Amino acid sequence: MTTVLEVNNLRVSFPGPAHSRFCPVDGVSFSLQRGETLALVGESGCGKSLTSLALLQLIPAPGRIESGSGIRLGDTDVLALKGEALRRIRGRRIGMIFQDPMTSLNPVFTVEAQITEGILAHFRISKAEARDRALQLLQEVGIPDPGERLKAYPHQLSGGMRQRVMIAIALSAEPEILVADEPTTALDVTVQAQILEVLDDLRARRGMAVLLITHDLGIVAGRADRVAVMYAGQIVEEASTPRLFASPSHPYTQGLFASVPRITGPLQRLNPIRGSVPAASAWPTGCRFRPRCPKAFDRSEVEPPLLPVGPDHRMRCWLAEQTKETGHG
Amino acid sequence: MRSWLLLRLIQAVIAFVVALALLFVLMRAAPGDPLSRLSADRPVSRQEIEALRARYGLDQPVGTQLIAFVSGLLHGDLGVSIEHGRPVTSLLAERLPATILLGGSVLLLNFTIGLWLGVRQAVRRGQREDRWLTTLSLTGYAMPSFWLGLVLAWLVGVEWRLLPAAGMQDPLLEADAGFLSRAGDVLRHLILPVVTLSIVSIAATMRYQRAAMLEVLRLPYMVTARAKGLAEHDVTWRHGWRNALFPVITLFGLWLPILVSGSVFVETVFAWPGLGALAAAAVGSRDYPLLMGASLLVAALVVAGGLITDVAYALLDPRVRLG
Repeated sequence: MTTVLEVNNLRVSFPGPAHSRFCPVDGVSFSLQRGETLALVGESGCGKSLTSLALLQLIPAPGRIESGSGIRLGDTDVLALKGEALRRIRGRRIGMIFQDPMTSLNPVFTVEAQITEGILAHFRISKAEARDRALQLLQEVGIPDPGERLKAYPHQLSGGMRQRVMIAIALSAEPEILVADEPTTALDVTVQAQILEVLDDLRARRGMAVLLITHDLGIVAGRADRVAVMYAGQIVEEASTPRLFASPSHPYTQGLFASVPRITGPLQRLNPIRGSVPAASAWPTGCRFRPRCPKAFDRSEVEPPLLPVGPDHRMRCWLAEQTKETGHG
Repeated sequence: MRSWLLLRLIQAVIAFVVALALLFVLMRAAPGDPLSRLSADRPVSRQEIEALRARYGLDQPVGTQLIAFVSGLLHGDLGVSIEHGRPVTSLLAERLPATILLGGSVLLLNFTIGLWLGVRQAVRRGQREDRWLTTLSLTGYAMPSFWLGLVLAWLVGVEWRLLPAAGMQDPLLEADAGFLSRAGDVLRHLILPVVTLSIVSIAATMRYQRAAMLEVLRLPYMVTARAKGLAEHDVTWRHGWRNALFPVITLFGLWLPILVSGSVFVETVFAWPGLGALAAAAVGSRDYPLLMGASLLVAALVVAGGLITDVAYALLDPRVRLG
């Protein structure tokens, strides 16, 4: 397998009071193989969106990526790039889809203008050729009557159609990686399923690697090859999707699963995780989940590293040393 | 779109007519009248004043006067100035070019430099340049234009003798001077009044544009534009500024009347032969016809400013145009 993206000890910081800086993303590492889908799962505020923005140096000021962080796209050291060289990988190597298609499209430009400018930013072709490609892209993302839609403005399209346009924009420069940041969160449930289908379809057809960022475990199953669960700026558990669903090991992951309503089986009270995610400026010392963790014990006062739980399964919890799974647990 | 435009035009006409009626009635409701000062410094008999009153139609009821004024207006006749004894239209036409030149230059500088600086500031928010420009613009905004005008006239015009401090033309310029040297002369006279007015107004425009641009810079479509691989210049100006322009269009509509109203203070300080000073004098002398003519010009531009704002919005924002 070829690694297309490797993120190493990524730290994103923002200024806090009195010249201090805090890190909403604090030492995140993962890699993405060609054609693979990795799901980055976590609650809002856990740092997953900032992680995705960092991949193309899109962190809004005054945030910045701390030195010591590493992002490699194949042979390219992304964090060493500036100006024109940086511009050339944006959209070309990684395409991005964002959460809210209502505000992610510019209201004053037509769909055609917004897709073709992405194409023309990377390929030396004529406007007419770019328009043809835009037309094909709209067809590919399942927009009926694409010729008419090209002339439309965002406000004339439904939420689902806008998100399809966003996907077309993300694909316009034929990137090898697609980053989808909560691509269905702002959409109606029926539309969600359609958009996910489009994404699955494209991934299969184009062989793209996908980084799927979501808070919704429901859309991860059967879609992602691997899952990384984030909490408080760190990855707390990482495993192949079947393994994670079969044996969630980190108490936070277990809490996430327990708080998902089940349709089958007897009616039960939901078990929400008590408390809420701490603010990035006040991560707890030791294990960051400790204040909310039902299984916290004395060792939790020391911050655990990612420890192996089983083959291709790691978690950031000292319990890993006691509960190493054997085969399938 | 076409029916909307027609409706908007009708609205504009109604607004103008209402303004006209109000101006006309309020002017006459204000204490004093054009002839009351006549007897102040010379012996004028009651009969003579009554005769003049009848001549200017001031003895008629206000409604009758208004009808007479409107029927004149429809024929392009604004009456005769009581103070100057000449047709109001020719007085206005004489003074209008100087005011349009002054106001137009201010508008032009305002909505080029002001917008550009505002966008620059927003993009560099919190950096040294932004802080400096903020300080400068607040200082500029805080300076009264008549005071700034006096200081500039004294410093640049009198002490340093760099630029003419009064008038619009050099009285010593030879009569057969060519067009270029005439234009250059007017330009030199134009600099100080324009700078005086612009410093204050650019400061306001900058603040406005900065705030509007900051709003836009936070929006997700800016991230989309950058993530596509667009150059930073295109992200800022094409995607950002296009959207941050809307609030500023409103500001432009509000500034438009300066084209004809000029600035009383600045025109007075620099002896600029514009409408502002003429209108100010007409207020003092209760010169109804002249005051009415000048006010109507301003009212027309106020209404036009609103109309232009709305049309510009519609042209630039597809949500208004097609929504």
